[in-house]
Amino acid sequence: MIEILRDYGVLLLVGQFPNGPLGGLALTLCLAITGLIASFPLAVLMGIARTSPIAAIRAPATAIVYVVRGLPVLMLIFWAYFIVPILVGHSVSGTTTLICALVIYELAFMGEVVRAGIEAIPAGQVEAARSLGMTYGQAMRKVVLPQALVHMTPSILSQLINLIKNTSLGYIISVNELTYAAYQVNAQLLTKPFEVYLILAVTYFVICWLLSLCVNRLEKKLNRSSTRNPTKEATA
Amino acid sequence: MPDFNFGAVLQGRYLDWLIAGACKTLLLFFAAWISGFLIGLLVVSLRESRARPLELLAKAFVGYHRNVPGLVQVFIWYFGVPQILPEAWQAWINDHGSEFFLVWIALSLNAGAYMSEDLRSGVRSLPPTQLEAARALGMTFVQAMRVVILPQALRVALPPLTNQSLSLFKSTSLAMAIGFAEMTYAAHQVENESFRTFETFAIASVFYWAGSFLLMWLGHACSVKLKAGRAAR
Amino acid sequence: MISFEGVDKFYGEYQALNNIDETVAKGEVVVVCGPSGSGKSTLIRTINRLEPISKGKIIVNGQDVHGASVDVNKLRSNIGFVFQSFNLFPHLSVLRNVILAPMMVLGMAERDAKERAMKLLAKVGMQHKADAYPSQLSGGQQQRIAIARALAMEPPVMLFDEPTSALDPEMVGEVLNVMKQLAAEGMTMVCVTHEMGFAREVANRIVFMDAGTILERATPQQFFTSPQHPRAQKFISDIRHT
Repeated sequence: MIEILRDYGVLLLVGQFPNGPLGGLALTLCLAITGLIASFPLAVLMGIARTSPIAAIRAPATAIVYVVRGLPVLMLIFWAYFIVPILVGHSVSGTTTLICALVIYELAFMGEVVRAGIEAIPAGQVEAARSLGMTYGQAMRKVVLPQALVHMTPSILSQLINLIKNTSLGYIISVNELTYAAYQVNAQLLTKPFEVYLILAVTYFVICWLLSLCVNRLEKKLNRSSTRNPTKEATA
Repeated sequence: MPDFNFGAVLQGRYLDWLIAGACKTLLLFFAAWISGFLIGLLVVSLRESRARPLELLAKAFVGYHRNVPGLVQVFIWYFGVPQILPEAWQAWINDHGSEFFLVWIALSLNAGAYMSEDLRSGVRSLPPTQLEAARALGMTFVQAMRVVILPQALRVALPPLTNQSLSLFKSTSLAMAIGFAEMTYAAHQVENESFRTFETFAIASVFYWAGSFLLMWLGHACSVKLKAGRAAR
Repeated sequence: MISFEGVDKFYGEYQALNNIDETVAKGEVVVVCGPSGSGKSTLIRTINRLEPISKGKIIVNGQDVHGASVDVNKLRSNIGFVFQSFNLFPHLSVLRNVILAPMMVLGMAERDAKERAMKLLAKVGMQHKADAYPSQLSGGQQQRIAIARALAMEPPVMLFDEPTSALDPEMVGEVLNVMKQLAAEGMTMVCVTHEMGFAREVANRIVFMDAGTILERATPQQFFTSPQHPRAQKFISDIRHT
């Protein structure tokens, strides 16, 4: 296995870079982070729409979530492969297609994370803001969202882990991310599929597992700071 | 307005492929769900056994399946494991539909890991005195789990288990990567030949949406029935 | 200033408010009391439309609170509301808690809002904690800041929904003192509270409710020494035993 890493390590890590486009693990991470950043504003809008008191906003948002969540990510990728070139007017790379599919996936799933975060803010906060004369929008912007977004950081990080795992599906449309790179290595070696795919699994495992440790630590830290009960604990 | 022609897709061998794909998806799903659930029960029992080595085993099992992408898990089983098996086993697997068999194993273990975590949250929700009371009556750990803990834990774990079932249903599409002709594979095949991309994908999507709604409804119905059962006592 | 005309409120089948007719004049301090579930919190929450009503009218400052065309936000900016659980914004400092609404709703400049805020914080005795965060403060301190936050909008009327019920006993006094000071300055106040000492000292009128209906109205003197309605008599004797 060491030989595999020695001979193909760079390919698995960065693809053809710098002599060609980025690939391998580096591309995987770039795809995941890009997907997260691109989908985040949309996810916040979805979360707000899902908790809106106006049915005309809430119903379509709910429909979108059910439509996206009801399909496998592979189907989302195939739909993106079909629709994005039509929308944009010219053919697009597999990488772009994959990012579009991931953004749609995340706007539904992270939208639900945002929704849960908003619903977790006690109703008293909104009541206090509205009792002072603030509009729903002002209360959302200045009171609910700032608190909700901080509390949902561990969940957002969890979504990053999901994204990293989902980039592996880029293999199906020949995007040169880590899984496809491993597939190519295996196609060259032919006799050592177990070792190659084990390296692949271990790589994903290490990254996702380390991230999940960060998530746990963040969760503990947030729980500690928010359970300080001022009416009983703090002294005057 | 583009010209849609669902009829072109829903006939002849295209229809055959699509129907076969749907059946294969359902077969894989049910098979993997049953074995996955049993594995989940086993793993959660290991996890809660208070025996350190068993707990670590369970933790490692769950950790692996949660942090490695589903597709990679399928590849390990389909491409990797046959390589390290003895010749005789390899031959047997190849003769008996290796695609289905190996992807069924991969999906069962994956589902089992996630379901064990859902069941674990159900077990955690019970007061520890439940297990103590069962043991105090002389039950073994296994008996206590089977008769007292797990039935109660199941009620709590039903919503996440429903989600997990949905996830498994959608994960069957990963099997297309190794040539198992489930629904997504079939849709891809039909689309390639008929060039009716929208119609084909729409039909596949309707299949998945229908399955998803059915599963969610089933989960909801079970949860209502379990709650009603408890209240009636 | 505030008037209820034939107000009913239903939660589905359950009637929370039953034919409420009541008026609060300018400068009056009215204490609403009654056993749990009597509807007193619901009553006060309908005044600034935190709860809707099923029938009747509520007029505040000449406006029909539950009317279809009323600007709810403008209405609420003229009614101060203090909650049982304070509801300070935990992600903002004390000072920002107080200046947020004057800036966002009244359009005040930051400097003017800060000036007003510091004066009010001094009034409630919390100016030294202007840069602290709510989680660092005790319940009594938080509630006093909540009162300052409501006062920052300069409302002509203040509503208090059980302001001391969530406080440890030793902190109740500091909050009641702020409320007594407000009353002495002539603020129109409606308070839902169990603090009978406060009621006796400061209230012009006690309104006793049970099961969504107003059963008795009296001056504190009359109410505490000789309540008329049998349920009011039971209420008084029950509190005496605490």
